Amino acid sequence: MTNISKEQVKHVADLARLEVSEEEADMLKDQLSEIITYAELLNELDTTDVEPITHASDLKNVLRKDEPASWITKEEALKNAPDQKDGLFRVPSILE
Amino acid sequence: MSLFDHTIRELEEKLHNKEIKVADLVDASYKRIHEVDDQVHAFLTLNEENARTAAQEMDEAADKSGSLFGIPAGIKDNIVTKALRTTCASKMLDNFNDPLYDATVMKKLNEQNMITIGKLNMDEFAMGSSNENSGYFITRNPWNTDYVPGGSSGGSAASVAAGEVLFSLGSDTGGSIREPASFCGVVGMKPTYGRVSRFGLVAFASSLDQIGPITRSVEDNARVLEVLAGQDPNDSTSAHLEVPKYTDALTNDVKGMKIAVPKEYLGEGVSPEVKEAVEKALKVYESLGATWEEVSLPHSKYAVATYYIIASSEASSNLARFDGVRYGVRAEADNMMDMFKKSRSQGFGEEVKRRIMLGTFALSSGYYDAYYKKAQKVRTLMKNDYDKIFEEYDVVIGPTAPTPAFKVGEKTDDPLTMYASDILTIPVNLAGVPGISIPCGLSDDGLPIGLQIIGNHFDESTVYRAAHAFEQATDHHKKRPQIGGAN
Repeated sequence: MTNISKEQVKHVADLARLEVSEEEADMLKDQLSEIITYAELLNELDTTDVEPITHASDLKNVLRKDEPASWITKEEALKNAPDQKDGLFRVPSILE
Repeated sequence: MSLFDHTIRELEEKLHNKEIKVADLVDASYKRIHEVDDQVHAFLTLNEENARTAAQEMDEAADKSGSLFGIPAGIKDNIVTKALRTTCASKMLDNFNDPLYDATVMKKLNEQNMITIGKLNMDEFAMGSSNENSGYFITRNPWNTDYVPGGSSGGSAASVAAGEVLFSLGSDTGGSIREPASFCGVVGMKPTYGRVSRFGLVAFASSLDQIGPITRSVEDNARVLEVLAGQDPNDSTSAHLEVPKYTDALTNDVKGMKIAVPKEYLGEGVSPEVKEAVEKALKVYESLGATWEEVSLPHSKYAVATYYIIASSEASSNLARFDGVRYGVRAEADNMMDMFKKSRSQGFGEEVKRRIMLGTFALSSGYYDAYYKKAQKVRTLMKNDYDKIFEEYDVVIGPTAPTPAFKVGEKTDDPLTMYASDILTIPVNLAGVPGISIPCGLSDDGLPIGLQIIGNHFDESTVYRAAHAFEQATDHHKKRPQIGGAN
């Protein structure tokens, strides 16, 4: 059984930009430990000489001509924004 | 008999002969929705005003072309529809009322004059096998509303089964079209990876996701896929291959077809009544002149573990875009980092957060090789298993799901038990091959059982041929749930 600690859960949550309460961290600690332990079933297999694949299709390096094309306007890009100002997305301050 | 008991080809004829109008079809759709959707809960958003206007325009138009002319359809809510609310059943996108563009599949359907009836409920961001992870409400199985419709395309399958629309679009990452199709007694196809453009499908796991049709008949399914399939400059993973006319494959002839039946697909965990229904189906194939043999897919038992590492890892990366900046819901905070964290924590549901956490962990420094890379290597082995089988056989047949639909609430406490519902569908996504679920019987409790037919890469035609021959030789696809009276 691989045990993921509460500290690890909080670290991973931070990487994932998620906020977890103490209660959630406790629950996730147990659930993730259980799922990761289950995933270690894969260690039964010797994969030393096996190449990993990222997807199952044969496509490689699909390229297209680098030509300009019309896309959305600035106004369209902003119309679903939670907050905007002067034609830009507005966000809370980044620096303290 | 409902109008939706007819195939699209039959309705086309009726429209052509002026026996019916497009407005009648759209009426039938909304009438049924108003009758049963307070029990089924398949729809998140209705497009009634636009649909009725479109119907009127089509009835008045001189040009009645289009292979889906006037056909009412429902669209899974993770497929982007221009100016029509698209939420992925997530509170994160609760206010995403005005999407800027249509997904490529929507463009293609619209070019054929399909009518969008509304957007369908699902597990949030397509993560789930029961629809219980919707951020809004739980879609119910029309055959018995105590039971789940399956997931994640639960609304897509339930709406077709309940006769609310003639067909729907779903998406399938680990079984999300086939498992609900199986639970709801309808036909659901996951095409080959790369067959249908994913442009405008909100990404869950990019190397596994595919859009596909859910219908009442194999013929309709083939007809819709003909519209959806094909290369798209906006999706670099869509294949540069010609699209066959799938309806031409429906020859009713499976003489000499070689069927592989993996012993792992009828083993432990598969319920006796599901096993029996599949064995009966194999007898039907024998009687039609096909032959079958038992084979082995030796890495099947690793499928669920492989899938949850790969899919969650890809999801953790794909869902990073939901940050409360450009669209979606934003939580108030004093600084940028807190705004990200609060928006994401309030917007995402429990299962989505669990998978983002799992994926982030598997990709994090020190764990990447042990989990993510390991899973990618096992994926190679699983793909090789399938490639080897298709050197000798035309199709692989087994159950779609190990059991019929389960009750609402039965599996919500334990993620791993829930994940096991996808054990027979996941390998198909990992290998990238096409798979269909068609009805093959009812359980003792009167719930549908699905037969899964899997084909070689880009050989949907053979899958459809096998599915259609079985359908025509049996009457399972004619059975309807009794919800809301005659359907």
